[in-house]
Amino acid sequence: MKTLVWVEHDGTAVKDATLSAVTAASKLGEVHLLVAGQGVDAVAAEAAKIAGVGKVHVADDAAFAHALAENVAPLVAELMGHHDAFVAPSTTNGKNIAPRVAALLDVMQISDILSVESEDTFTRPIYAGNAIATVQSSDAKKVITVRGTAFDKAATEGGSGEIAAVASTGDAGLSTFAGAEIAKNERPELTSAKIIVSGGRALGSGDKFHELIDPLADKLGAGVGASRAAVDAGYAPNDYQVGQTGKIVAPEVYVAVGISGAIQHLAGMKDSKTIIAINKDEDAPIFQVADIGLVGDLFKIVPELTEKL
Amino acid sequence: MKVLVPVKRVLDYNVKPRVKADGTGIDLANVKMSMNPFDEIAVEEAIRLKEKGVTEIVVVSIGEPKSQETLRTALAMGADRAILVTSETKVEPLGVAKILAKIVEEEKPDLVILGKQAIDDDNNQTGQMLAGLLGWGQGTFASKVEIADGSVNVTREVDGGAETDTLKLPAIITTDLRLNEPRYASLPNIMKAKSKPLAQKTPADFGVDVTPRLTTLKVVEPAKRTAGIKIADVDALVDKLKSMGVAK
Repeated sequence: MKTLVWVEHDGTAVKDATLSAVTAASKLGEVHLLVAGQGVDAVAAEAAKIAGVGKVHVADDAAFAHALAENVAPLVAELMGHHDAFVAPSTTNGKNIAPRVAALLDVMQISDILSVESEDTFTRPIYAGNAIATVQSSDAKKVITVRGTAFDKAATEGGSGEIAAVASTGDAGLSTFAGAEIAKNERPELTSAKIIVSGGRALGSGDKFHELIDPLADKLGAGVGASRAAVDAGYAPNDYQVGQTGKIVAPEVYVAVGISGAIQHLAGMKDSKTIIAINKDEDAPIFQVADIGLVGDLFKIVPELTEKL
Repeated sequence: MKVLVPVKRVLDYNVKPRVKADGTGIDLANVKMSMNPFDEIAVEEAIRLKEKGVTEIVVVSIGEPKSQETLRTALAMGADRAILVTSETKVEPLGVAKILAKIVEEEKPDLVILGKQAIDDDNNQTGQMLAGLLGWGQGTFASKVEIADGSVNVTREVDGGAETDTLKLPAIITTDLRLNEPRYASLPNIMKAKSKPLAQKTPADFGVDVTPRLTTLKVVEPAKRTAGIKIADVDALVDKLKSMGVAK
């Protein structure tokens, strides 16, 4: 099978999510990449070095600058004339673009796969990760999104992909990018962080969230996450949210502070290697998944922990 | 201006799903079912737009006959009329999108607002597929919607922050959690909803083949985590972190 992988990038560098998608795609056969954007020579050069990569298709056009699905999907559909599968990471771009491609190709997408069982059979989580379904596709062409935390990252060196320019399919004229507000964050990106410290509603306020969670995260070199309750209450920005509707993470260590452990939150972090829970309610559901639990007042425990590290 | 809102009947989000012992799926016998939470947000958004000049809200559901209850809920919230497309077999997002595309051809809405994903299959596909089939713009994961003259500005929750796109109307929007806080249907409105029009259809009425493309071979419970330990104090936690090598 010849597989086309969507390269997730920020205009200057390949994002880690791409590397997991490459690993998943390599289980299907030959891996080609698609770098779409404007002024993306550096991204293409970096992509070509990813281990195991064949051709790198580069579509450089203003129409692709913001990865608008209306413009990108026809480009992918065109390239799918000579590829058997389209694989995208489960990033917001991947989730936005892939189903539109699937509809253009008249195939059913397989979302958020956890494993490749064979060329047409995959496993994926359903019901907020409370069940794992094994599904077999009867479609001739496959459109797949990949859960990053379920696949190892492909090596960023050692490959020698051949870079080939692709003719632009142009601007569909349906949508325009009007602006973005990207949160500044100097800490490790949540979906690739090795350690995550996450805060919940029990922190009580945005000030307390930053006063307690941030220093602990910095001591551990960790990314900072939050439960939906903490985000809804305005203690942390939306993109901190870990869960079924937020980000899915699987770090080495996940420290849940003042998080009760609702189903929807667990869906986003229960594949973490070690889960540490700090909560004053010893019956909180988070303790059922935690490897290490500490029952007590987080306002005392967290500062003490930060101090002693 | 007319808005179409597809809604789905799913296992209530508070219920812990149980995998059937024979591995064929989730046990849905005698469990509470509700409107998919993201669809409630979609209905709410349509109603708020109606308060600002939208003339009609049509809600659609595709699935088992009991989906009628979900449609009545949407009517009680404030939708004007409903279309129920009954199917004995499960319809995949591609099939749903194809049926919706036919309904769009008939109803000619200016906007279709869907939830970003259903909490049962967690697919996150239908809105994007419908947009692709219709050749319309798509504003996915919307946290803010502003209708302008002939276009709509959609602020979207994306990795790392928010992005605003301007879409030419007609367009597709899929809702994220923070778009709004859905209202509860009041008792008088629940009573009134019973007399609102509800048309019954089948996939065959639209000439759409809904044969599944994916076969579920089995459904299993995820691997259980081994029982953890409770520790006594911060010093013990520091020791643990040190022994794991995450702290010096």
